[in-house]
Amino acid sequence: MTAPTFVAPTILSALRADFGRVRAVAWKDLTAERRTKSNFNAVVAMAALILLFFGFALGPDAEGLRNAASGVLWLTILFSGVLAFNRSYQLELEAGALEQLLLYPGDRWAIYVGKLLANLAFVFLVEVITLPLTAVLYHVAFPQLWPAVILVLILGTTGFVSLGTLYAAMASRSRSREVLLPLLLFPMLVPVLIAASGATASLLVDDVMGDSRAWIRLLAAFDAIFLVASTWAFQFVIEG
Amino acid sequence: MRVSLHDNTALSLEGIAHRFGRRWAIRGVSVQVAPGEVLAIMGHNGSGKSTLLRVASTAVRPTRGGGSVFGADLVKDAQAVRSMLALLSTEPGVYGDLTALENLKFSARMLGTSSDALVLQKALDRVGLGREGDERARNMSSGMQRRLSIARLLLREPRLLLLDEPYNSLDPEGAALVNSLIRETRDRGGSVVLVAHDLSRAESLPDRVVEMRDGLLDEPEPSAAESDGRRDVLPISAAISAARAERGAGRV
Repeated sequence: MTAPTFVAPTILSALRADFGRVRAVAWKDLTAERRTKSNFNAVVAMAALILLFFGFALGPDAEGLRNAASGVLWLTILFSGVLAFNRSYQLELEAGALEQLLLYPGDRWAIYVGKLLANLAFVFLVEVITLPLTAVLYHVAFPQLWPAVILVLILGTTGFVSLGTLYAAMASRSRSREVLLPLLLFPMLVPVLIAASGATASLLVDDVMGDSRAWIRLLAAFDAIFLVASTWAFQFVIEG
Repeated sequence: MRVSLHDNTALSLEGIAHRFGRRWAIRGVSVQVAPGEVLAIMGHNGSGKSTLLRVASTAVRPTRGGGSVFGADLVKDAQAVRSMLALLSTEPGVYGDLTALENLKFSARMLGTSSDALVLQKALDRVGLGREGDERARNMSSGMQRRLSIARLLLREPRLLLLDEPYNSLDPEGAALVNSLIRETRDRGGSVVLVAHDLSRAESLPDRVVEMRDGLLDEPEPSAAESDGRRDVLPISAAISAARAERGAGRV
Protein backbone atom coordinates (compact mmCIF):
# COMPACT_ATOMS: atom_id res chain seq x y z
CA MET A 1 0.00 0.00 0.00
CA THR A 2 3.05 2.24 -0.14
CA ALA A 3 2.78 2.75 -3.91
CA PRO A 4 0.35 5.69 -3.93
CA THR A 5 2.44 7.68 -1.47
CA PHE A 6 5.48 7.07 -3.69
CA VAL A 7 3.84 7.70 -7.09
CA ALA A 8 1.95 10.88 -6.22
CA PRO A 9 5.00 13.08 -5.49
CA THR A 10 6.67 11.77 -8.67
CA ILE A 11 3.76 12.81 -10.85
CA LEU A 12 3.48 16.10 -9.01
CA SER A 13 7.17 16.90 -9.38
CA ALA A 14 7.07 15.99 -13.08
CA LEU A 15 4.07 18.28 -13.53
CA ARG A 16 5.81 21.04 -11.61
CA ALA A 17 8.87 20.66 -13.85
CA ASP A 18 6.68 20.79 -16.97
CA PHE A 19 4.94 23.94 -15.76
CA GLY A 20 8.40 25.41 -15.20
CA ARG A 21 9.14 24.64 -18.86
CA VAL A 22 5.85 26.26 -19.90
CA ARG A 23 6.93 29.45 -18.14
CA ALA A 24 10.42 29.23 -19.64
CA VAL A 25 9.16 28.92 -23.23
CA ALA A 26 6.66 31.77 -22.80
CA TRP A 27 9.31 33.95 -21.16
CA LYS A 28 11.81 33.21 -23.93
CA ASP A 29 9.36 34.04 -26.76
CA LEU A 30 8.13 37.22 -25.10
CA THR A 31 11.65 38.38 -24.21
CA ALA A 32 12.80 37.89 -27.80
CA GLU A 33 9.76 39.80 -29.07
CA ARG A 34 10.16 42.60 -26.52
CA ARG A 35 13.79 42.92 -27.55
CA THR A 36 13.10 43.49 -31.26
CA LYS A 37 9.46 44.66 -31.41
CA SER A 38 9.77 44.19 -35.18
CA ASN A 39 6.99 41.64 -35.31
CA PHE A 40 4.64 43.61 -33.09
CA ASN A 41 5.09 46.79 -35.11
CA ALA A 42 4.53 44.90 -38.37
CA VAL A 43 1.41 43.16 -37.07
CA VAL A 44 -0.13 46.37 -35.70
CA ALA A 45 0.61 48.18 -38.96
CA MET A 46 -0.96 45.32 -40.89
CA ALA A 47 -4.06 45.39 -38.65
CA ALA A 48 -4.46 49.14 -39.10
CA LEU A 49 -4.16 48.80 -42.88
CA ILE A 50 -6.78 46.02 -43.01
CA LEU A 51 -9.20 48.10 -40.94
CA LEU A 52 -8.64 51.14 -43.17
CA PHE A 53 -8.97 49.23 -46.43
CA PHE A 54 -12.19 47.50 -45.38
CA GLY A 55 -13.46 50.92 -44.35
CA PHE A 56 -12.68 52.34 -47.78
CA ALA A 57 -14.29 49.34 -49.49
CA LEU A 58 -17.47 49.58 -47.41
CA GLY A 59 -17.93 53.29 -48.07
CA PRO A 60 -18.80 56.24 -45.84
CA ASP A 61 -22.24 55.06 -44.67
CA ALA A 62 -22.00 55.01 -40.86
CA GLU A 63 -24.78 52.42 -40.42
CA GLY A 64 -23.16 50.06 -42.92
CA LEU A 65 -19.79 50.42 -41.20
CA ARG A 66 -21.33 49.74 -37.78
CA ASN A 67 -23.01 46.58 -39.07
CA ALA A 68 -19.77 45.31 -40.60
CA ALA A 69 -17.59 46.23 -37.59
CA SER A 70 -17.64 42.89 -35.76
CA GLY A 71 -16.84 40.84 -38.89
CA VAL A 72 -14.07 43.21 -39.95
CA LEU A 73 -12.59 43.20 -36.44
CA TRP A 74 -12.34 39.42 -36.34
CA LEU A 75 -10.96 39.17 -39.86
CA THR A 76 -8.31 41.74 -38.90
CA ILE A 77 -7.36 39.74 -35.82
CA LEU A 78 -7.16 36.55 -37.89
CA PHE A 79 -5.07 37.99 -40.73
CA SER A 80 -2.65 39.84 -38.50
CA GLY A 81 -2.39 36.98 -36.00
CA VAL A 82 -1.07 34.65 -38.69
CA LEU A 83 2.02 36.85 -38.98
CA ALA A 84 2.63 36.40 -35.26
CA PHE A 85 2.42 32.61 -35.43
CA ASN A 86 4.95 32.40 -38.23
CA ARG A 87 7.36 34.54 -36.26
CA SER A 88 6.92 32.33 -33.19
CA TYR A 89 8.53 29.36 -34.97
CA GLN A 90 10.93 31.46 -37.00
CA LEU A 91 12.79 32.01 -33.71
CA GLU A 92 13.25 28.27 -33.36
CA LEU A 93 14.43 27.71 -36.91
CA GLU A 94 17.25 30.22 -36.68
CA ALA A 95 20.56 28.58 -35.75
CA GLY A 96 18.97 25.16 -35.21
CA ALA A 97 17.29 26.06 -31.92
CA LEU A 98 14.28 23.82 -32.61
CA GLU A 99 16.35 20.65 -32.39
CA GLN A 100 17.77 21.70 -29.03
CA LEU A 101 14.31 22.67 -27.82
CA LEU A 102 13.00 19.20 -28.64
CA LEU A 103 15.91 17.52 -26.87
CA TYR A 104 15.16 19.01 -23.48
CA PRO A 105 13.65 16.50 -21.08
CA GLY A 106 9.97 16.66 -20.26
CA ASP A 107 6.69 16.42 -22.12
CA ARG A 108 6.30 18.19 -25.44
CA TRP A 109 2.97 19.71 -24.39
CA ALA A 110 4.94 22.11 -22.21
CA ILE A 111 6.51 23.64 -25.32
CA TYR A 112 3.09 24.00 -26.95
CA VAL A 113 1.46 25.60 -23.92
CA GLY A 114 4.43 27.96 -23.46
CA LYS A 115 4.17 29.08 -27.08
CA LEU A 116 0.40 29.33 -26.79
CA LEU A 117 0.69 31.66 -23.78
CA ALA A 118 3.24 33.85 -25.54
CA ASN A 119 1.07 34.04 -28.68
CA LEU A 120 -2.02 34.81 -26.59
CA ALA A 121 -0.22 37.68 -24.86
CA PHE A 122 0.93 38.96 -28.24
CA VAL A 123 -2.50 38.82 -29.92
CA PHE A 124 -4.24 40.36 -26.87
CA LEU A 125 -1.77 43.22 -27.05
CA VAL A 126 -2.57 43.70 -30.74
CA GLU A 127 -6.28 43.72 -29.84
CA VAL A 128 -5.73 46.46 -27.28
CA ILE A 129 -4.77 48.67 -30.23
CA THR A 130 -7.15 47.36 -32.90
CA LEU A 131 -10.25 47.49 -30.71
CA PRO A 132 -10.36 51.28 -30.15
CA LEU A 133 -9.21 51.79 -33.75
CA THR A 134 -12.19 49.75 -34.97
CA ALA A 135 -14.54 51.72 -32.73
CA VAL A 136 -13.31 55.02 -34.17
CA LEU A 137 -13.17 53.98 -37.84
CA TYR A 138 -16.48 52.07 -37.83
CA HIS A 139 -18.52 54.48 -35.67
CA VAL A 140 -19.10 51.93 -32.91
CA ALA A 141 -20.36 53.35 -29.59
CA PHE A 142 -18.98 52.03 -26.30
CA PRO A 143 -21.18 48.94 -25.62
CA GLN A 144 -23.16 48.69 -22.41
CA LEU A 145 -22.33 44.98 -22.20
CA TRP A 146 -18.58 45.58 -22.44
CA PRO A 147 -17.61 42.79 -19.98
CA ALA A 148 -19.36 40.31 -22.29
CA VAL A 149 -17.53 41.79 -25.30
CA ILE A 150 -14.23 41.22 -23.48
CA LEU A 151 -15.29 37.64 -22.68
CA VAL A 152 -16.02 37.02 -26.38
CA LEU A 153 -12.64 38.48 -27.31
CA ILE A 154 -10.91 36.19 -24.81
CA LEU A 155 -12.79 33.09 -25.97
CA GLY A 156 -12.45 33.85 -29.69
CA THR A 157 -8.77 34.70 -29.39
CA THR A 158 -8.06 31.57 -27.34
CA GLY A 159 -9.68 29.33 -29.97
CA PHE A 160 -7.89 31.10 -32.78
CA VAL A 161 -4.47 31.11 -31.10
CA SER A 162 -4.68 27.50 -29.91
CA LEU A 163 -5.19 26.28 -33.47
CA GLY A 164 -2.76 28.84 -34.91
CA THR A 165 0.04 27.73 -32.60
CA LEU A 166 -0.48 24.09 -33.57
CA TYR A 167 -0.72 24.71 -37.31
CA ALA A 168 2.29 27.02 -37.28
CA ALA A 169 4.29 24.14 -35.76
CA MET A 170 3.05 21.92 -38.58
CA ALA A 171 3.93 24.48 -41.27
CA SER A 172 7.30 25.36 -39.70
CA ARG A 173 8.93 22.32 -41.29
CA SER A 174 7.92 23.45 -44.76
CA ARG A 175 9.88 25.87 -46.89
CA SER A 176 6.66 27.59 -48.00
CA ARG A 177 5.35 27.98 -44.45
CA GLU A 178 4.16 31.59 -44.94
CA VAL A 179 1.73 30.40 -47.63
CA LEU A 180 0.96 27.05 -46.09
CA LEU A 181 -0.10 28.32 -42.65
CA PRO A 182 -3.13 30.40 -43.74
CA LEU A 183 -4.15 27.68 -46.21
CA LEU A 184 -4.20 25.08 -43.43
CA LEU A 185 -5.47 27.30 -40.66
CA PHE A 186 -8.26 29.43 -42.10
CA PRO A 187 -10.66 26.61 -43.07
CA MET A 188 -10.37 25.25 -39.51
CA LEU A 189 -11.18 28.65 -38.06
CA VAL A 190 -14.53 29.08 -39.80
CA PRO A 191 -16.56 27.99 -36.71
CA VAL A 192 -14.61 30.34 -34.44
CA LEU A 193 -14.97 33.22 -36.88
CA ILE A 194 -18.73 32.73 -37.24
CA ALA A 195 -19.35 32.34 -33.50
CA ALA A 196 -17.03 35.17 -32.45
CA SER A 197 -18.31 37.70 -34.99
CA GLY A 198 -21.94 36.63 -34.31
CA ALA A 199 -21.51 37.15 -30.56
CA THR A 200 -19.66 40.45 -31.01
CA ALA A 201 -22.32 41.77 -33.43
CA SER A 202 -25.07 40.96 -30.93
CA LEU A 203 -23.24 42.56 -28.03
CA LEU A 204 -22.44 45.74 -29.94
CA VAL A 205 -26.19 46.36 -30.25
CA ASP A 206 -26.65 45.50 -26.55
CA ASP A 207 -27.84 41.96 -27.31
CA VAL A 208 -31.40 43.02 -28.16
CA MET A 209 -32.12 39.65 -29.77
CA GLY A 210 -30.58 37.77 -26.83
CA ASP A 211 -28.60 35.40 -29.02
CA SER A 212 -25.11 36.20 -27.70
CA ARG A 213 -25.28 33.50 -25.02
CA ALA A 214 -25.67 30.75 -27.61
CA TRP A 215 -22.65 32.06 -29.54
CA ILE A 216 -20.59 32.32 -26.35
CA ARG A 217 -21.46 28.75 -25.37
CA LEU A 218 -20.45 27.60 -28.85
CA LEU A 219 -17.14 29.49 -28.58
CA ALA A 220 -16.43 27.96 -25.17
CA ALA A 221 -17.10 24.47 -26.58
CA PHE A 222 -14.77 25.12 -29.55
CA ASP A 223 -12.07 26.37 -27.19
CA ALA A 224 -12.28 23.30 -24.98
CA ILE A 225 -12.04 20.97 -27.99
CA PHE A 226 -9.28 22.89 -29.74
CA LEU A 227 -7.18 23.32 -26.60
CA VAL A 228 -7.31 19.67 -25.62
CA ALA A 229 -6.81 18.36 -29.18
CA SER A 230 -3.97 20.77 -29.99
CA THR A 231 -2.11 20.11 -26.74
CA TRP A 232 -2.32 16.38 -27.40
CA ALA A 233 -1.50 16.55 -31.12
CA PHE A 234 1.52 18.84 -30.76
CA GLN A 235 3.92 16.03 -29.86
CA PHE A 236 3.24 14.32 -33.20
CA VAL A 237 3.21 17.50 -35.25
CA ILE A 238 6.48 18.96 -33.98
CA GLU A 239 8.50 15.82 -34.65
CA GLY A 240 7.67 16.04 -38.35
CA MET B 1 10.32 2.93 -18.40
CA ARG B 2 13.20 0.56 -17.74
CA VAL B 3 16.37 2.40 -16.86
CA SER B 4 19.09 0.65 -14.98
CA LEU B 5 21.82 2.57 -13.24
CA HIS B 6 24.07 -0.43 -13.66
CA ASP B 7 23.29 -1.19 -17.31
CA ASN B 8 26.45 -2.39 -18.99
CA THR B 9 25.67 -0.67 -22.30
CA ALA B 10 25.51 3.10 -22.45
CA LEU B 11 24.32 3.25 -26.05
CA SER B 12 23.12 0.39 -28.17
CA LEU B 13 22.03 0.85 -31.79
CA GLU B 14 20.73 -2.17 -33.71
CA GLY B 15 20.25 -2.17 -37.48
CA ILE B 16 19.58 1.56 -37.67
CA ALA B 17 18.53 2.78 -41.10
CA HIS B 18 17.20 6.21 -41.96
CA ARG B 19 16.22 7.86 -45.17
CA PHE B 20 15.48 11.42 -46.23
CA GLY B 21 13.01 11.20 -49.09
CA ARG B 22 14.41 8.52 -51.36
CA ARG B 23 17.98 8.76 -50.16
CA TRP B 24 19.15 6.41 -47.44
CA ALA B 25 21.44 8.35 -45.12
CA ILE B 26 22.10 5.32 -42.91
CA ARG B 27 21.74 1.76 -44.21
CA GLY B 28 21.79 -0.58 -41.23
CA VAL B 29 24.21 0.41 -38.50
CA SER B 30 24.74 -1.48 -35.28
CA VAL B 31 27.06 -0.19 -32.61
CA GLN B 32 27.46 -0.43 -28.84
CA VAL B 33 29.13 2.00 -26.48
CA ALA B 34 30.12 0.94 -22.97
CA PRO B 35 29.81 3.15 -19.91
CA GLY B 36 32.94 5.26 -19.58
CA GLU B 37 33.88 4.72 -23.23
CA VAL B 38 34.69 7.45 -25.72
CA LEU B 39 33.77 6.41 -29.25
CA ALA B 40 34.84 8.48 -32.23
CA ILE B 41 33.00 8.17 -35.55
CA MET B 42 34.92 9.44 -38.53
CA GLY B 43 33.73 9.84 -42.08
CA HIS B 44 33.47 12.16 -45.02
CA ASN B 45 30.65 14.64 -45.57
CA GLY B 46 27.38 12.84 -46.27
CA SER B 47 28.56 9.52 -44.83
CA GLY B 48 25.66 9.52 -42.37
CA LYS B 49 27.56 10.10 -39.12
CA SER B 50 25.60 13.20 -38.06
CA THR B 51 22.30 11.47 -38.86
CA LEU B 52 23.39 8.53 -36.72
CA LEU B 53 24.10 10.90 -33.84
CA ARG B 54 20.71 12.56 -34.26
CA VAL B 55 19.02 9.16 -34.18
CA ALA B 56 20.92 8.34 -30.98
CA SER B 57 19.76 11.63 -29.47
CA THR B 58 16.06 10.96 -30.37
CA ALA B 59 16.05 14.11 -32.54
CA VAL B 60 15.33 11.84 -35.51
CA ARG B 61 13.22 8.69 -35.39
CA PRO B 62 14.92 5.89 -37.34
CA THR B 63 13.14 4.54 -40.41
CA ARG B 64 14.24 1.05 -39.39
CA GLY B 65 15.99 -0.49 -36.43
CA GLY B 66 16.09 0.60 -32.85
CA GLY B 67 18.27 1.11 -29.84
CA SER B 68 18.59 2.15 -26.25
CA VAL B 69 20.45 4.48 -23.93
CA PHE B 70 21.27 2.90 -20.57
CA GLY B 71 18.43 0.46 -21.19
CA ALA B 72 15.81 3.09 -22.14
CA ASP B 73 14.33 2.52 -25.60
CA LEU B 74 15.08 5.29 -28.11
CA VAL B 75 11.50 5.41 -29.41
CA LYS B 76 9.27 4.14 -26.59
CA ASP B 77 11.18 5.82 -23.74
CA ALA B 78 12.40 8.86 -25.66
CA GLN B 79 11.68 11.12 -22.72
CA ALA B 80 13.84 9.05 -20.40
CA VAL B 81 16.59 8.96 -23.04
CA ARG B 82 16.53 12.73 -23.38
CA SER B 83 16.94 13.18 -19.65
CA MET B 84 20.20 11.20 -19.78
CA LEU B 85 21.94 12.75 -22.77
CA ALA B 86 23.19 16.03 -24.13
CA LEU B 87 23.91 16.84 -27.76
CA LEU B 88 26.32 19.41 -29.10
CA SER B 89 25.02 19.89 -32.60
CA THR B 90 26.78 21.44 -35.58
CA GLU B 91 24.42 24.41 -35.29
CA PRO B 92 24.73 26.43 -32.08
CA GLY B 93 20.99 26.27 -31.30
CA VAL B 94 21.02 29.62 -29.51
CA TYR B 95 18.44 32.41 -29.67
CA GLY B 96 19.88 35.44 -31.42
CA ASP B 97 17.62 37.97 -29.71
CA LEU B 98 18.49 36.74 -26.22
CA THR B 99 21.71 37.59 -24.45
CA ALA B 100 24.26 34.91 -23.57
CA LEU B 101 23.02 34.84 -19.96
CA GLU B 102 19.38 34.69 -21.04
CA ASN B 103 20.16 31.78 -23.36
CA LEU B 104 21.70 29.89 -20.46
CA LYS B 105 18.85 30.86 -18.14
CA PHE B 106 16.37 29.44 -20.61
CA SER B 107 18.36 26.19 -20.92
CA ALA B 108 18.64 25.85 -17.14
CA ARG B 109 14.89 26.34 -16.72
CA MET B 110 14.14 23.80 -19.44
CA LEU B 111 16.56 21.31 -17.86
CA GLY B 112 15.14 21.92 -14.41
CA THR B 113 18.58 22.81 -13.03
CA SER B 114 19.57 25.91 -11.08
CA SER B 115 19.11 29.14 -13.05
CA ASP B 116 20.92 31.10 -10.35
CA ALA B 117 22.89 33.97 -11.91
CA LEU B 118 26.12 32.86 -10.21
CA VAL B 119 25.86 29.33 -11.62
CA LEU B 120 25.20 30.67 -15.13
CA GLN B 121 28.02 33.20 -14.85
CA LYS B 122 30.37 30.41 -13.79
CA ALA B 123 29.48 28.43 -16.91
CA LEU B 124 30.09 31.50 -19.06
CA ASP B 125 33.42 32.16 -17.33
CA ARG B 126 34.52 28.61 -18.02
CA VAL B 127 33.91 28.90 -21.77
CA GLY B 128 35.61 32.27 -21.90
CA LEU B 129 32.46 34.35 -22.33
CA GLY B 130 32.46 35.80 -18.82
CA ARG B 131 32.39 39.37 -20.10
CA GLU B 132 29.85 38.71 -22.85
CA GLY B 133 26.94 37.76 -20.58
CA ASP B 134 24.83 40.74 -21.66
CA GLU B 135 25.77 40.45 -25.32
CA ARG B 136 23.04 39.29 -27.68
CA ALA B 137 23.88 35.95 -29.27
CA ARG B 138 23.15 37.44 -32.71
CA ASN B 139 26.11 39.81 -32.32
CA MET B 140 28.54 37.03 -31.44
CA SER B 141 30.95 35.32 -33.83
CA SER B 142 30.31 31.69 -34.78
CA GLY B 143 33.11 30.61 -32.43
CA MET B 144 31.55 32.52 -29.53
CA GLN B 145 28.13 31.02 -30.29
CA ARG B 146 29.78 27.62 -30.27
CA ARG B 147 31.25 28.34 -26.85
CA LEU B 148 27.82 29.43 -25.66
CA SER B 149 26.37 26.11 -26.74
CA ILE B 150 29.20 24.37 -24.85
CA ALA B 151 28.30 26.44 -21.77
CA ARG B 152 24.80 24.98 -22.08
CA LEU B 153 26.31 21.50 -21.74
CA LEU B 154 27.99 22.54 -18.49
CA LEU B 155 24.63 23.14 -16.83
CA ARG B 156 24.17 19.43 -16.17
CA GLU B 157 26.07 16.19 -16.07
CA PRO B 158 24.73 13.94 -18.83
CA ARG B 159 25.40 10.21 -18.77
CA LEU B 160 25.79 10.20 -22.54
CA LEU B 161 27.42 13.10 -24.35
CA LEU B 162 26.95 13.31 -28.11
CA LEU B 163 29.27 15.69 -29.93
CA ASP B 164 28.79 16.51 -33.60
CA GLU B 165 31.91 18.07 -35.10
CA PRO B 166 32.68 19.69 -31.74
CA TYR B 167 35.89 21.39 -32.86
CA ASN B 168 34.29 23.36 -35.68
CA SER B 169 34.76 27.15 -35.38
CA LEU B 170 36.85 26.72 -32.25
CA ASP B 171 40.36 27.99 -31.55
CA PRO B 172 42.87 25.79 -29.67
CA GLU B 173 41.53 27.01 -26.31
CA GLY B 174 38.02 26.08 -27.35
CA ALA B 175 39.19 22.65 -28.51
CA ALA B 176 40.89 22.13 -25.13
CA LEU B 177 37.60 23.04 -23.47
CA VAL B 178 35.77 20.37 -25.48
CA ASN B 179 38.43 17.83 -24.54
CA SER B 180 38.15 18.68 -20.85
CA LEU B 181 34.39 18.20 -21.11
CA ILE B 182 34.95 14.76 -22.67
CA ARG B 183 37.39 13.85 -19.89
CA GLU B 184 35.02 14.97 -17.15
CA THR B 185 32.13 12.97 -18.63
CA ARG B 186 34.31 9.88 -18.97
CA ASP B 187 35.81 10.26 -15.49
CA ARG B 188 32.40 10.24 -13.83
CA GLY B 189 31.43 7.06 -15.74
CA GLY B 190 29.54 8.69 -18.58
CA SER B 191 30.06 7.87 -22.24
CA VAL B 192 30.89 10.08 -25.18
CA VAL B 193 30.20 9.65 -28.87
CA LEU B 194 32.23 12.04 -30.92
CA VAL B 195 31.57 12.60 -34.62
CA ALA B 196 34.28 14.31 -36.63
CA HIS B 197 35.97 14.21 -39.99
CA ASP B 198 39.22 15.28 -38.35
CA LEU B 199 40.33 13.71 -35.07
CA SER B 200 43.67 15.48 -34.78
CA ARG B 201 42.32 17.80 -32.07
CA ALA B 202 40.78 14.99 -30.03
CA GLU B 203 44.23 14.13 -28.63
CA SER B 204 44.18 10.51 -27.48
CA LEU B 205 40.75 10.71 -25.90
CA PRO B 206 38.79 8.22 -28.05
CA ASP B 207 38.95 4.63 -26.83
CA ARG B 208 37.71 3.40 -30.19
CA VAL B 209 37.52 4.89 -33.67
CA VAL B 210 35.10 3.68 -36.32
CA GLU B 211 34.52 5.01 -39.78
CA MET B 212 31.26 5.56 -41.63
CA ARG B 213 31.07 5.24 -45.41
CA ASP B 214 27.89 5.64 -47.44
CA GLY B 215 25.66 5.07 -44.42
CA LEU B 216 27.47 1.97 -43.22
CA LEU B 217 29.83 1.49 -40.32
CA ASP B 218 33.28 0.29 -41.26
CA GLU B 219 34.75 -0.93 -37.98
CA PRO B 220 38.41 -2.02 -38.21
CA GLU B 221 39.34 -5.55 -37.28
CA PRO B 222 40.76 -5.69 -33.75
CA SER B 223 44.53 -5.56 -33.80
CA ALA B 224 46.82 -7.85 -31.82
CA ALA B 225 47.22 -5.16 -29.21
CA GLU B 226 43.45 -4.83 -28.90
CA SER B 227 43.05 -8.59 -28.63
CA ASP B 228 45.52 -8.46 -25.74
CA GLY B 229 43.27 -5.97 -24.00
CA ARG B 230 45.23 -2.89 -25.06
CA ARG B 231 42.49 -1.92 -27.43
CA ASP B 232 43.34 1.75 -27.76
CA VAL B 233 46.92 1.54 -28.88
CA LEU B 234 47.08 0.99 -32.60
CA PRO B 235 43.85 1.94 -34.30
CA ILE B 236 43.45 5.30 -32.57
CA SER B 237 46.99 6.48 -32.90
CA ALA B 238 46.89 5.42 -36.53
CA ALA B 239 43.64 7.27 -37.15
CA ILE B 240 44.90 10.41 -35.43
CA SER B 241 48.21 10.30 -37.30
CA ALA B 242 46.35 9.90 -40.58
CA ALA B 243 44.06 12.80 -39.71
CA ARG B 244 47.00 15.00 -38.76
CA ALA B 245 48.80 14.11 -42.00
CA GLU B 246 45.66 14.90 -43.97
CA ARG B 247 45.25 18.22 -42.16
CA GLY B 248 48.90 19.10 -42.75
CA ALA B 249 48.58 18.26 -46.43
CA GLY B 250 45.49 20.43 -46.60
CA ARG B 251 47.39 23.41 -45.23
CA VAL B 252 50.19 23.02 -47.80
